[in-house]
Amino acid sequence: MLRLFPLLLFFVMSFNASAAVSETQQSALPVLVEQLPTTKLNKMAALIEQIAATSAPQVRAILQPLMDGDLYYLKSSKRVVSVYKNEQKQYQLTDVLTAEALPAVKKSAIKKVRTNNRLRGKIRDLLANLDLTSADTEIRIAALKQLLDNPNQTGLTAVNKLIKSEKDDDARELMSVILLIEQLEAGSTAEKLSAAKQLSNRLEPTVKNALVKQLDSLASNAQADPETKELKSVLSNAIDSIEQQASVFSLAENLFFGLSLGSVLLLAAIGLAITFGVMGVINMAHGEMMMLGAYTTYVIQQTFPNLIEYSLLMAVPAAFLVSGFVGVLIERGVIRFLKGRPLETLLATFGISLILQQLVRSVFSPLNRQVEAPQWMSGSLEINPILSLTYNRLYIILFALMVFFSLLMILKNSSLGLHVRAVSQNRDMARALSVKSSWVDAITFGLGSGIAGVAGVALSQLTNVGPNLGQAYIIDSFLVVVFGGVGNLWGTLVAAMTMGTFNKILEPSMGPVLANIIVLVSLVLFIQKRPKGLFPQKGRSAE
Amino acid sequence: MNTLLNSPSVKKMTEKMSSLHFVIAILFVSTLYVSVCNLMFAEGSLLHVSDYTVSLLGKYLCYALLALAVDLVWGYCGILSLGHGAFFALGGYAMGMYLMRQIGDRGVYGNPELPDFMVFLNWTELPWYWAGSDNALVMILLVFAGPGLLAYIFGTLAFRSRVSGVYLSIMTQAMTYALLLSFFRNEMGFGGNNGLTDFKEIFGFSLQSPNTKLALFVATAVMLAIGYAISHFIVNSKMGRVVTAIRDSEDRVRFVGYKPQHYKVWIFVVSAMLAGVAGALYVPQVGIINPGEFSPLNSIEIVIWVAIGGRGTLYGALVGAIVVSYAKTRFTAIMPEAWLFGLGGLFVLVTLLLPKGLAGLVTNLMNKIDPPATEKKPSGSDKSKSEDATLAAENK
Repeated sequence: MLRLFPLLLFFVMSFNASAAVSETQQSALPVLVEQLPTTKLNKMAALIEQIAATSAPQVRAILQPLMDGDLYYLKSSKRVVSVYKNEQKQYQLTDVLTAEALPAVKKSAIKKVRTNNRLRGKIRDLLANLDLTSADTEIRIAALKQLLDNPNQTGLTAVNKLIKSEKDDDARELMSVILLIEQLEAGSTAEKLSAAKQLSNRLEPTVKNALVKQLDSLASNAQADPETKELKSVLSNAIDSIEQQASVFSLAENLFFGLSLGSVLLLAAIGLAITFGVMGVINMAHGEMMMLGAYTTYVIQQTFPNLIEYSLLMAVPAAFLVSGFVGVLIERGVIRFLKGRPLETLLATFGISLILQQLVRSVFSPLNRQVEAPQWMSGSLEINPILSLTYNRLYIILFALMVFFSLLMILKNSSLGLHVRAVSQNRDMARALSVKSSWVDAITFGLGSGIAGVAGVALSQLTNVGPNLGQAYIIDSFLVVVFGGVGNLWGTLVAAMTMGTFNKILEPSMGPVLANIIVLVSLVLFIQKRPKGLFPQKGRSAE
Repeated sequence: MNTLLNSPSVKKMTEKMSSLHFVIAILFVSTLYVSVCNLMFAEGSLLHVSDYTVSLLGKYLCYALLALAVDLVWGYCGILSLGHGAFFALGGYAMGMYLMRQIGDRGVYGNPELPDFMVFLNWTELPWYWAGSDNALVMILLVFAGPGLLAYIFGTLAFRSRVSGVYLSIMTQAMTYALLLSFFRNEMGFGGNNGLTDFKEIFGFSLQSPNTKLALFVATAVMLAIGYAISHFIVNSKMGRVVTAIRDSEDRVRFVGYKPQHYKVWIFVVSAMLAGVAGALYVPQVGIINPGEFSPLNSIEIVIWVAIGGRGTLYGALVGAIVVSYAKTRFTAIMPEAWLFGLGGLFVLVTLLLPKGLAGLVTNLMNKIDPPATEKKPSGSDKSKSEDATLAAENK
């Protein structure tokens, strides 16, 4: 206890002292603020730094409006105020020091405190550094990231001080990275060496840039003492290891893109897997069922403009009903008369697709419609500095799988599914067992079309909603179903994901169009090799 | 032998001979009429046929040839190709390359060797596949070889592994879609998005002159007549009967000892070449060829012509192509909104109500007016049965 006492005393005293210092600094703030209207632009930088150095609670209220060009002073009293122009075009004033609201005035009574772009940049840094001490961890981390990309001296000193007291692991790590980069740039050779070693597993682009810069500066330096040589090799090793990790993550990113494209294909193809795969009907209007689903989403957003957040949830059942209903109509009106003539069904449904496209063109417009994305669909899940997964793609993957498995459940476990399978395997026998085959046909076609409509809701979040939306997907969806093996839902899943990832893995090296062509050609070749797809149907129902 | 002479198929053959003469006669008369009216009567005269109409008719005849090609594979062999637009476009591109080289140094950049778009892309020399494209003979060879080769490769692969029916249709659609995407790329060396255009002359004659237009029209009519005669000959040859038998029951033909894939590849290649010729004649008359011709929609439209005209009858294909194209020209001019409704409705109605197309309608009417002397006119399935019988007899 006795031994501890001096230490304790020291702490208390130092705390008092620092409090005293900030007190005097804070009391200087009004004086500094008073100088704002009169200081010339070239002296402004120093003044702003002094203001920031007081670390008074009002600093943000002064600097933020200054950066945004909203800081004014009253011509009469030289009082510095932030200004907000309200809807009646009056200027509402707030005193920056006391946060007291002042009566509104005319524009002639106030004058702007001048800034320029250089100052604004400086203010941005200073504000970011202010955030470093924020109580909110997220804000601290954001500020640290900002500092990492635009390092400045005051920030570095602040981080140097703060790192000891930082409690959050992520934030502390970022701080150490910032300090290490500084060490790498300005330290002695030994320091550089240790910094380079420690930085070799960081993925932030800034780290790599700093390492490359160091290596370049060494390369120009011809004389080589053993230490520099070692530093050189450590630096290049670090860069290599970073690049290696980066390539792993970019592969992971491509895989993710591939899976998300695959889910889009799955959504587009899965309805077709029902109508084409189970019923054997070539529905060229399938793409237009998706288009109807997308337009349903649009209509719902237009009808309930205040409920954008929930619009997608409402659109899913609505699109299912709309497209499903149209599907039943098509089946009753056209397809049932063309039983056993698949090629003619193809032509008739193609005609229907033309009619639906023109209908949409006439009712809405030939132009693309804007479907808004709800808040929860935007943003991304950051896994590390170079790999972030956007939420909309994540949701699409989840949604596609959900649709897939619920369809699988319907076909496997419900009585409707039983009837559908019975009719598709042996129509006459099913009829003999009192299954209403014509009713089952209509419902199955409606189900397939309804699912296409649901896919359209998802597509409305990814692509333009226009009359040609369906056409873009129809060939791909047919290929997916054929590739997977007709009448096999699992085959469709595998085929869609394979096509998606194959496409996205080829894309970085050869561009989207060539990748698409290669996928098409390899599919055509694959079908020549295995005409019944990946998972051909076996048994009696195969022919 | 005696029975063979009296068999329905031979009788049908003589009947078809007359249909060949009939079609060629109509073509000849109408071509003569249009030419004479275009040349002899001054503008404003009641009988005058304008240059625009001549070009338009030339276009329709190209479509008719294309429809004939599709009818040959679909109507007679049961191969529903949704990719015949690709063969048409390839033939068109072969012609387009030749026409492009004929521009010489009259292009915007004035480069005597390279077409404008290559100069624009900073290319310094012609790609290897453009070699010899300024030679008319090479062009004619390419018009046949390009589509023919593609059809041969595709057909061999597909028919050997017995891809058929809907699968084949979707594969052909994927083929033309892949070509569409490829030709959109500037790197392909075919002018990318804009395609080949701005042609000046063909075989040394200016494409702008009315006489050249008329000559092209006449050439198209002649080619259509030749194409029709060839198709007619093929369909009525022994080989054509095997092809028809394949349409009706491929397995039976195989069991009898034929190799259906050879016949299918063969007819597919001939049909692709016909389509290529149609494309080559089409390009100088419309003055442009671009990747849009590869679009799957175009290929489906061709199939519709054939379906509406009546597949399985050669003249049906011609009638369908000309009637639908004419309707399209009229409707898109009068009420563009309604055209797609009309076309779509036509698809649905024809498949539902007229499975044999206009030709079938005509035959039905004829039968009602003048019932055939034999107990029953051989319909599709009966004919195949009789031909199966002939085949079996021949095989013994």
